Amino acid sequence: MIDFSIILAGFGGQGILSAGKFAAEAALYEGKEVSWFPSYGPEMRGGTANCSVVISDEPIGSPVVNDADVVICCNQPSMEKFESSIKPGGYLIVDTGMIKIKATRTDINVIEIDASGIADEFGAMAYGPISMLGCLSKATGCFSRDSFEKSLYEVLPERRHKMIPGNLAAFDKGAAEVK
Amino acid sequence: MAIVFEKTEGLTGKPFHYCPGCTHGIVHRMIAESMVEMGILGSTVGVASVGCSYNSYEYFNCDMVQAAHGRAPAVATGIKRNLKDKMVFTYQGDGDLASIGCAEIIHAAARGEKICVFFINNAVYGMTSGQMAPTTLLGQVTTTSPFGRDASYQGYPINVAELLSNLTGAAYVERVTMTDTKNIVNAKKAIQKAFKVQEAGLGFAFVEFLSTCPTNWGKAPLDAMEWLKEKMLPQYPLGCFKGGDLTVAQLDEIIASKKAEEVKA
Amino acid sequence: MAQKRVLMKGNEVIAEAAIRAGCRNYFGYPITPQTEVMHYMAKKMVQIGGNFVQAESEVAAINMVYGAASAGFRVMTSSSSPGISLKQEGISYIAGAELPAVVVNIVRAGPGLGGILPAQGDYFQATKGGGHGDYRNIVIAPASVQELYELTVEAFNLADKYRNLVMILGDGTLGQMMEPVAFRDEEPVETYDKPWACNGRGYNADGKLTREHNTVTSIYIDPDVLEVKNRELQDKYEIIKKNEVRYEAFGLEDAEIVITAFSTCSRISKNVIRQAAEMGIKVGMIRPITLWPFPEDIIRETAARSNVKAFLDVELNAGQMIEDVKLAVNGQKPVYFHGRLGGNLPTQKEILDKIVAIHEGGKV
Repeated sequence: MIDFSIILAGFGGQGILSAGKFAAEAALYEGKEVSWFPSYGPEMRGGTANCSVVISDEPIGSPVVNDADVVICCNQPSMEKFESSIKPGGYLIVDTGMIKIKATRTDINVIEIDASGIADEFGAMAYGPISMLGCLSKATGCFSRDSFEKSLYEVLPERRHKMIPGNLAAFDKGAAEVK
Repeated sequence: MAIVFEKTEGLTGKPFHYCPGCTHGIVHRMIAESMVEMGILGSTVGVASVGCSYNSYEYFNCDMVQAAHGRAPAVATGIKRNLKDKMVFTYQGDGDLASIGCAEIIHAAARGEKICVFFINNAVYGMTSGQMAPTTLLGQVTTTSPFGRDASYQGYPINVAELLSNLTGAAYVERVTMTDTKNIVNAKKAIQKAFKVQEAGLGFAFVEFLSTCPTNWGKAPLDAMEWLKEKMLPQYPLGCFKGGDLTVAQLDEIIASKKAEEVKA
Repeated sequence: MAQKRVLMKGNEVIAEAAIRAGCRNYFGYPITPQTEVMHYMAKKMVQIGGNFVQAESEVAAINMVYGAASAGFRVMTSSSSPGISLKQEGISYIAGAELPAVVVNIVRAGPGLGGILPAQGDYFQATKGGGHGDYRNIVIAPASVQELYELTVEAFNLADKYRNLVMILGDGTLGQMMEPVAFRDEEPVETYDKPWACNGRGYNADGKLTREHNTVTSIYIDPDVLEVKNRELQDKYEIIKKNEVRYEAFGLEDAEIVITAFSTCSRISKNVIRQAAEMGIKVGMIRPITLWPFPEDIIRETAARSNVKAFLDVELNAGQMIEDVKLAVNGQKPVYFHGRLGGNLPTQKEILDKIVAIHEGGKV
């Protein structure tokens, strides 16, 4: 795998940046090279947030992603902005609870998931993007569920370990959406 | 024969470059004597500034750091934060401290930096040849207020001691002068009190010295002294604006108990 | 021994590296995109008994650096472009007084308030002076989070070794990105005596002062004395030029085109080099790690190689380092340029297109 690139995008406060970090941590756990790069600046303040994650077997060239293998969209403005940034044959993972428009491209794989519905069910917004990581893992194999789980235990402080089972359940629910 | 007066070890012996009648020399000597008398010459770092006293780093016989214009309180902060058990002082004029260094002096005081600031106020820029200072009096003629300082045009003088005394971080603020023996004695007491406030760890200590500049005022030294008394004193009253209730005995007690604690630790 | 790799943000790694290098002084003023350096220091310095002061301005912060360095302590400040402009007064004084200090510039796009996105528009300011007078800072341009760590530690050693300011020149990308970093169990911290430090003359057991008074100053009113002082500085800079040039180079032995790029641009270019190879175009790279002293020898020697037909300089500015590249190439080969401005980064495609055009006959 060389420079496998993911863009995660949505509203600030939705847990987008954290989900990106978890993806990077999971791949790092597998011994991969990883980079995580956030959008920063005025747009962070209550507007859209996005980050790029690159996973590679070789040293990563650019942490900045122009053409992504996968785009994870958690709101409509992100979809409008990033659908065109997906490489042909790549993946678009869409939160249908937030996004009412349909993907227009036919040369990509579209995975639809009611991630915000899962978030409601689990009682916190952050579970939405986590469920989409489940889709990402299942569909592309860029990191395994096992690595995701083990990296959570490594990265999160003890006091937050009680949240891990919920995260794994959301992750699994997302993975189950990938046929 | 008994020696009744000699050069202080607190000064290097390098001849001063100050003009005849300038009071920098008196203040230098009082600070230097105080360091020797208090036994702190070896544990003091001074910070020289920019202005007539730029060269004071060559006169004071303690370690001396020369700072950029107005930045001495920031430089002193960097030193004192590392040398917590040493004494640190700055020596600054009115252009340096009250104009370009306004932010640095106010914030050093607000942070309660445990430093002494010795402020020479002679109501004029000396080194750059007699320009208007923030402390120039209304009506005073300088090279940049050639028709006299006009409030409607050039604003009002800044009373720095009063200003700083409003800040909680300032533990001791006093204004003194060197117009006669009695005042000189008082000024030296203020210097020593400032060092003690620092040693006691109470906060920022500030002494303003009303000074003369015969050269740029265009006056003979004695006339300059008279002008100071007549014109500057009404604008800049002498006195202690903060920490007046602190006695030397109290300060000595705090210092002694601090030292006892250090020994225990 | 390297420890397990952990994912960390570039800005935080700079702070952690400084602490590992023995720096116990941080003075700063907030500015995007480097605030995480400050946040990290605000917490850590208190925990480890170091000094952290949020200064009233960048001007004050650099002068606190001047003070701490005068007293003989390792010290750092960090900022971004507009803040670095404010620090230039202090940087010049630090050069004049020959104080060791580390200054981090996480560059954003200018001029003026500009924007907050990554740029390399401060190359001139960093390498050619920045403040007034005849002086040089050692300027280091890391290209990864791991390098940010290792080179920040190294910066403190170099600062003490030469009594010189060392600037870490990063950009918003490097500061904001997270990458794995493997910390060493023990840091290669070099310690140097500082008999010049103003930390109090001290007393011997007999009550006598231990030494004469020290002074730290940058003022020399006598022109003859100042000229000697300046000559001494220049001699020191020559030694630094001889000893401390660092760069990464690869693919030069059969490259047709050689990319010169530092930091973020070098990373993007590496991907392009791989793509170009797939198309049968051989591209090599020279990546200056020290921007001053500049790796002019390797560039000159590479320009003389018969396999090398042209250079392509890639920067996040309108062409600054290219002037040094051209001086080193000295007309031996054409030097082309690709730059993006305003906080935008070049895409791999843009750079590849340029390479293809150069390859097809230099029509660029």
